[in-house]
Amino acid sequence: MTELFQYLVAGFALGARYALVALGFVVIYKATGVINFAQGSFVALGAYFTYNAHVTWGLPFALSVVIAMLGAGLVGIAIEWTVLRRVLGQPVFAIIMITVGLLYVIEQVITTIWGNDNLNLEDPWGIDTVKVGGVVISLIDIWTLILTGAVLLAFFVLFRHTSMGLAMRAAAHDPEAAMARGISVRRVVAVSWAVSAAVAALAGVTLASGAAQLSPTLGFIALAAFPAMILGGMDSPLGAVLGGFVIGITQSLTAGYQILGERFYTVMPYVVMIIILMVRPYGLFGTKEASRL
Amino acid sequence: MTTANPAMVRQYGDDIRLFRSRAMKLSWATLIVVAALLPFGMSDYQANVAVYAGIAAIAAIGLNLLTGFTGQVSLGHAAFLGVGGYTGAYVSGEWNMPFMVWLPAAALAGAIIGLVIGPFALRLRGNYLAVVTLGLVFVAQYVFENWKSVTGGTNGTSVTAPVKVGPVDFSKLSVPGKDFTRDQSYFYLVWIIVLLVALLAKNIVRSRPGRAMQAVRDRDRAAEAIGVHLARYKVLAFVLSSALAAMAGALYASYQRFINPGEFTLFVSIAYIAMIVVGGVGLIFGSVLGAVFITTIPRVIEEVSAKYQAVEDFLDRIGMTVFSLNQAVFGLLIVLFLVLEPRGLGAIWLRIRLYFKTWPFSY
Repeated sequence: MTELFQYLVAGFALGARYALVALGFVVIYKATGVINFAQGSFVALGAYFTYNAHVTWGLPFALSVVIAMLGAGLVGIAIEWTVLRRVLGQPVFAIIMITVGLLYVIEQVITTIWGNDNLNLEDPWGIDTVKVGGVVISLIDIWTLILTGAVLLAFFVLFRHTSMGLAMRAAAHDPEAAMARGISVRRVVAVSWAVSAAVAALAGVTLASGAAQLSPTLGFIALAAFPAMILGGMDSPLGAVLGGFVIGITQSLTAGYQILGERFYTVMPYVVMIIILMVRPYGLFGTKEASRL
Repeated sequence: MTTANPAMVRQYGDDIRLFRSRAMKLSWATLIVVAALLPFGMSDYQANVAVYAGIAAIAAIGLNLLTGFTGQVSLGHAAFLGVGGYTGAYVSGEWNMPFMVWLPAAALAGAIIGLVIGPFALRLRGNYLAVVTLGLVFVAQYVFENWKSVTGGTNGTSVTAPVKVGPVDFSKLSVPGKDFTRDQSYFYLVWIIVLLVALLAKNIVRSRPGRAMQAVRDRDRAAEAIGVHLARYKVLAFVLSSALAAMAGALYASYQRFINPGEFTLFVSIAYIAMIVVGGVGLIFGSVLGAVFITTIPRVIEEVSAKYQAVEDFLDRIGMTVFSLNQAVFGLLIVLFLVLEPRGLGAIWLRIRLYFKTWPFSY
């Protein structure tokens, strides 16, 4: 029984990380209809910025994380300005490929600056754990859950109760109508890139903290967050979080009980995703596309 | 009164003709003759680059049929290449089958997997389909790594797939006065297949199934309303595309004599999408252009950085490896390309052609 709880806790913690990455995807998708493949590089970039601020410059950890989020946000805006603004209105397919190109570039920039070695983020959590009724929980996992909850709450407030959020929703729904109402769609898109990159940076920090280490492959984890995003429905932040948990928990359980062989857990997210999408083609909370002639 | 330019399209029959003018026929004939003469003057290295480009072109044409003509975005192409590669390797290696058996067998295996995956496209749309096919790559990867009796696991498997068609052995061709090397011989084999596949694809595209596929791409509900059987054509597109990918995979395995699961990752799928986007979505010759472009660029970068000391010094100074540079330039090229010409190389070519066709009224 303790074993099961242990796996569940691990699953929740893993799921929260996926959820954070997926939330970043959702923001950009909601505002622009683009799946941003470069999201993984923002994740890695955020973690490396934190490393640079905390370890190289010796700033306090919390401040470093904030700096990393701001830094990643700026990179997001810069990319939107220099590249994506120019292709506004082009086929979505071409824009998605551009983000793939960016993924290649940013990844190599990271390895050029920080090298290929594993680095230690020297986060305050380390490998500390707390014990709750026989179940061992690492501090970083608790913090990840709290941070994910906070981000989700912030998103809720942003989208529902601010004029920027309203503008974002309007721009996502119908860019031309939004423009006609005086909404600056360009600003909305720029803000979404910044927000998305900042959330990704936060995700990067949680992924590289604790027992984990920092390496350029960190960006790949974003690929595992794809199922989480799509499972919840691509335009739903709540769905992204639930999707993250579903994926995290099933993956943790398959790994823990070694279901279907030793390494099956690595493909489990995709299998779960395929099965759920067969039943619900727009994910758990996605908006069903109206089909008109 | 002047005679009308024969390249002008005046009726539907003109629009779907394979060769629109005698000039076009002539230029194709010239192109084929030039291509046939190329290996005489090619080094092994150049032939090697060209063979990989040709293999990629076969699979890229397949992907373009699916994505460019039917509008179903697939990130699963690497999985189909892998299925073809391993099938080819197994059928030729374990069962000692000749070329005329293992190549169709690989295509058949790909087609069957496509037949299984195709129906997913009936239920999922756009990005959802893309991500599901992305999942397929990981599942295939897992199978390649763990079905050790067939695939040899992560260590990979060596491939002895002969390429003998009747009396002609495409691994060591010769004409009087010239013995071709293995690389040069494969050039002929691969590019003959590219030509056949391109012709097949072109013919599909300009006949009923192809028109139906394009109707599905443009608006599937409307296509359904005018009597296009959605399920049939979506699945057909998947079957065709995966069969071609599998064929390319088998040729790849045969040429390389060794394959491992690491060669069929998501990045391969992405490279194929890049090929058709760079080449031009919905253009058959665009896929070939794109395939040549994407497979050749990394080799050119390697060459250049090996040749010029200055490049190497610069890389050393900023702490970048040639591999890194390669990847970064690859990414940058895709970005630049799509920002400047989102419709690809093929579109540039079409624009040039249109300019001359409508001259002196070129707007």
